[in-house]
Amino acid sequence: MEHFFPYEGWTGFVPGSWNKEINVRDFIVRNYNPYDGDESFLEGPTQTTLDLWDQVTELTRQEIAAGGVLDMDTSIVSTITSHGPGYLDKDKELIVGFQTDKPFKRAFHAYGGIRTAEKACEDNGYTVDPELKEFFTVHRKTHNAGVFDVYTPEMRACRSAHIITGLPDAYGRGRIIGDYRRVALYGIDRLIEDKEAQKNSTGGVMYADTIRLREELAEQIRALKDMKIMAASYGCDISKPAKDTKEAIQWLYFGYLAAIKEQNGAAMSLGRTSTFLDIYAERDLKNGVYTEKELQEFVDHFIMKLRLVKYARTPEYNALFSGDPQWVTESMAGVGIDGRHMVTKMTYRYLHTLENLGPAPEPNLTVLWSTRLPENFKRFCAKISIDTSSVQYENDDLMRVTHGDDYAIACCVSSMRVGKEMQFFGARANLAKCLLYAINGGRDEESGKQVGPKYAPITSEYLDFDEVMDKYDNMMAWLAGVYVNTLNVIHYMHDKYCYEKAQMALHDKNVTRWFATGIAGLSVVADSLSAIKYAKVKVLRDETGLAVNYEVEGDFPKYGNDDDRVDSIATDIVHRFMEHVRRNPTYRDSIPTTSILTITSNVVYGKNTGATPDGRKAGEAFAPGANPMHRRDTHGAVASLSSVSKLPFMDAQDGISNTFSIIPGALGKEDRIFVGDLDIDLDCGGACCSPTLFDSLDINE
Amino acid sequence: MDGFVHSTESFGTVDGPGVRFVIFLQGCPMRCKYCHNPDTWEMNTGSVRSAESLIKEFERNRSFYRNGGITVSGGEALMQIDFLLELFRLAKKKNIHTCLDTSGITYHPGQSEYNQKLDELMEVTDLVMLDIKHIDAKAHKELTGHDNAGILAFARYLEEKHIPVWIRHVVVPGITDDESALTRLGQFIGGLSNVKALDVLPYHVLGVPKYRELGISYALEGIPAATQAQAVNAKKTILKAFLQIRKSHDHQS
Repeated sequence: MEHFFPYEGWTGFVPGSWNKEINVRDFIVRNYNPYDGDESFLEGPTQTTLDLWDQVTELTRQEIAAGGVLDMDTSIVSTITSHGPGYLDKDKELIVGFQTDKPFKRAFHAYGGIRTAEKACEDNGYTVDPELKEFFTVHRKTHNAGVFDVYTPEMRACRSAHIITGLPDAYGRGRIIGDYRRVALYGIDRLIEDKEAQKNSTGGVMYADTIRLREELAEQIRALKDMKIMAASYGCDISKPAKDTKEAIQWLYFGYLAAIKEQNGAAMSLGRTSTFLDIYAERDLKNGVYTEKELQEFVDHFIMKLRLVKYARTPEYNALFSGDPQWVTESMAGVGIDGRHMVTKMTYRYLHTLENLGPAPEPNLTVLWSTRLPENFKRFCAKISIDTSSVQYENDDLMRVTHGDDYAIACCVSSMRVGKEMQFFGARANLAKCLLYAINGGRDEESGKQVGPKYAPITSEYLDFDEVMDKYDNMMAWLAGVYVNTLNVIHYMHDKYCYEKAQMALHDKNVTRWFATGIAGLSVVADSLSAIKYAKVKVLRDETGLAVNYEVEGDFPKYGNDDDRVDSIATDIVHRFMEHVRRNPTYRDSIPTTSILTITSNVVYGKNTGATPDGRKAGEAFAPGANPMHRRDTHGAVASLSSVSKLPFMDAQDGISNTFSIIPGALGKEDRIFVGDLDIDLDCGGACCSPTLFDSLDINE
Repeated sequence: MDGFVHSTESFGTVDGPGVRFVIFLQGCPMRCKYCHNPDTWEMNTGSVRSAESLIKEFERNRSFYRNGGITVSGGEALMQIDFLLELFRLAKKKNIHTCLDTSGITYHPGQSEYNQKLDELMEVTDLVMLDIKHIDAKAHKELTGHDNAGILAFARYLEEKHIPVWIRHVVVPGITDDESALTRLGQFIGGLSNVKALDVLPYHVLGVPKYRELGISYALEGIPAATQAQAVNAKKTILKAFLQIRKSHDHQS
């Protein structure tokens, strides 16, 4: 047995292939205990936790009063080791580490693009050290500079016309999730050993691919060494595996901290950590190392840190994403492929932080929902959701089929196997605008400029469905080509100048790469084509012949009402566009996928798009994600959801979103609807927010 | 056969157990002063739908309705009893939970062809939500334009048939929240062994703009919406009387 337990930190764990190779999933599956009980074991916050949170609340107040940013670094380039340790209160914090040398101070990230970094400072009233600016302008190229060296005139034109938008060409692409659990389970030394072996396994003929891989592995090893140095500055030696829950949380967090110090990405997600950590907690409880109160305290302090992840960003960026989101997404629960659910006490502890510290949008706690989750947990989720509105749910029954049981969500819906898959984030193609280009022969409906190929425009007074579809298909083929190639440029340069060495150090050597394209304006397109097919759409042109407005005569089926006549159009468009995307070669043989999930940027995309044949006015917001257009779904939520659910997941594996809000009263009484039943044995009580006052009359009990 | 449908709601959560597909049938003989759907009054209008097509629509999204089913509301659903009968028969064949939301206004005791159909309908009805507008005959007439004798008889009829019933009552300040009337209502339903639940709804004014659109004058103009507290109090009053009667019945038995 000694062979399996070279480390003190592994004592008491069930051995397996995780001992011989880097394999966190194997460790979890062999060691975790599904928890079927309820939340009664949970502990409230300690005084220390409350004191720290008061401090955070006060700093947040100051930050808001200061206009949104309290402090910014303008002279130190953020790296894993760039700053000394920072604390809220060194004596009280049980989990330590900030991005800079003090909380609420935003770091300076230059590798994505010096201009964006500079602007983020200036817009917030700070000036970048001129030497730094010169360094990153003259001496050290950035991702952004690389991209613009290579962009073709056509790519630039598409970008300015907003037919492809939100491209990560001036900031960090994000969406990569390091397997931060590896730091806790293996310790840095073992990970370095593994990476050295990987590097040694490459060689032979030095093709460009091999050279790149060897350089990346060298960078990864450097990042791992830097993690040790950073942790040491906080008095922690993370070279060996964590020995207890506190260390496991801390080690894991150091891995994550390295990532957020190194990268200012558009989504810096945490992964799937709760069930992993529960194994340590169960061992500590069993051995009397920590009490439940102490365990909850560690978790509270850890989550507090995740709430304080901050980046320097420009107002435009915040406008695109409606706020200042970090997407510190943590995925929880779900069901294992051996059939056991993966809810543990730690899952409860994570969610409980929303009660102990109060509601918060970050970290983005995401429950991987399955019908097979234990009933107690479902009820607990319903309760927490109603009390805090801070939990996201995603369909594990759907994703488990392709992603197994150790995937996590990056950002809001992008799923990938932790440490085994990564994603090239690709923003969105505006398919509504593309439809207008098809009608206008490649001219932009707003500027009149020839942006797309000069195909023959439609000249008839009324639009003919077959003619429009034919031209639209051609235009989509063109758009997919420019779009994929633009992304190829972006990700080549990101790898070259802004490589995520800390995150990739916590991945396998051979990772699967997803090429994540995106679609905006789907419901606008579906309704427009439906209007053309089932009603009459008259084109209004300006003096140059440019179609600038449309008059719809008669009614037409609208997407979002479970009406196959139009839902099939939406499905067809997604499939066609994806097929066009697939015809283009992608950088590093990444696998194309698409998402339909403009959750916030739909407003910006709509603003830059002229009037559409569905009667939508120029500049009017698109519906978010795959939602029906506002007020066009008239048959209630199930019909609306049903329309969305027809979209082909195999063509849109990166996620389909349907934002759906409902007034509490419309969901029936209290929280029972969430768990799928409305038993009539529930007393409504005073806190009932429903207009329906419901009471049991069963007096037999 | 075809029925006249006002509209459907695919995500109904307050009209019976679970998530429900709610079908609002067109046409109602009642003219309740507080009615918030005056657009459902007129007979023989609305969209024409076959019972089959409605069942098909339900079936397509059946996974959403696991613990729910179909609720037929209105208008007054019982005005199209032949259609309703076919719809519920089809539903039961597919093992779908059926709920009828009604005012009971169409019932008149005695032997009749209509009551025979009603008997048949009850064989395929899992739950009835019975809306008792007012327990007092005179006040009921004043409020709805109709006598309530048939409605109360319908409630007893449902008891004979052992159909589970949820009672609904809308609290309109100054009109249906009179303490003695609420007590009488509680006593009445307390005597019915098949009543499973009580649903007390505060009167709201969301339907008022519809009257303007339809050019109908609104009888309760100026009466404010009921508060949550008023509804809670009304519920307590009804329940108190209800439980007293239930207990005395239990002692007797």
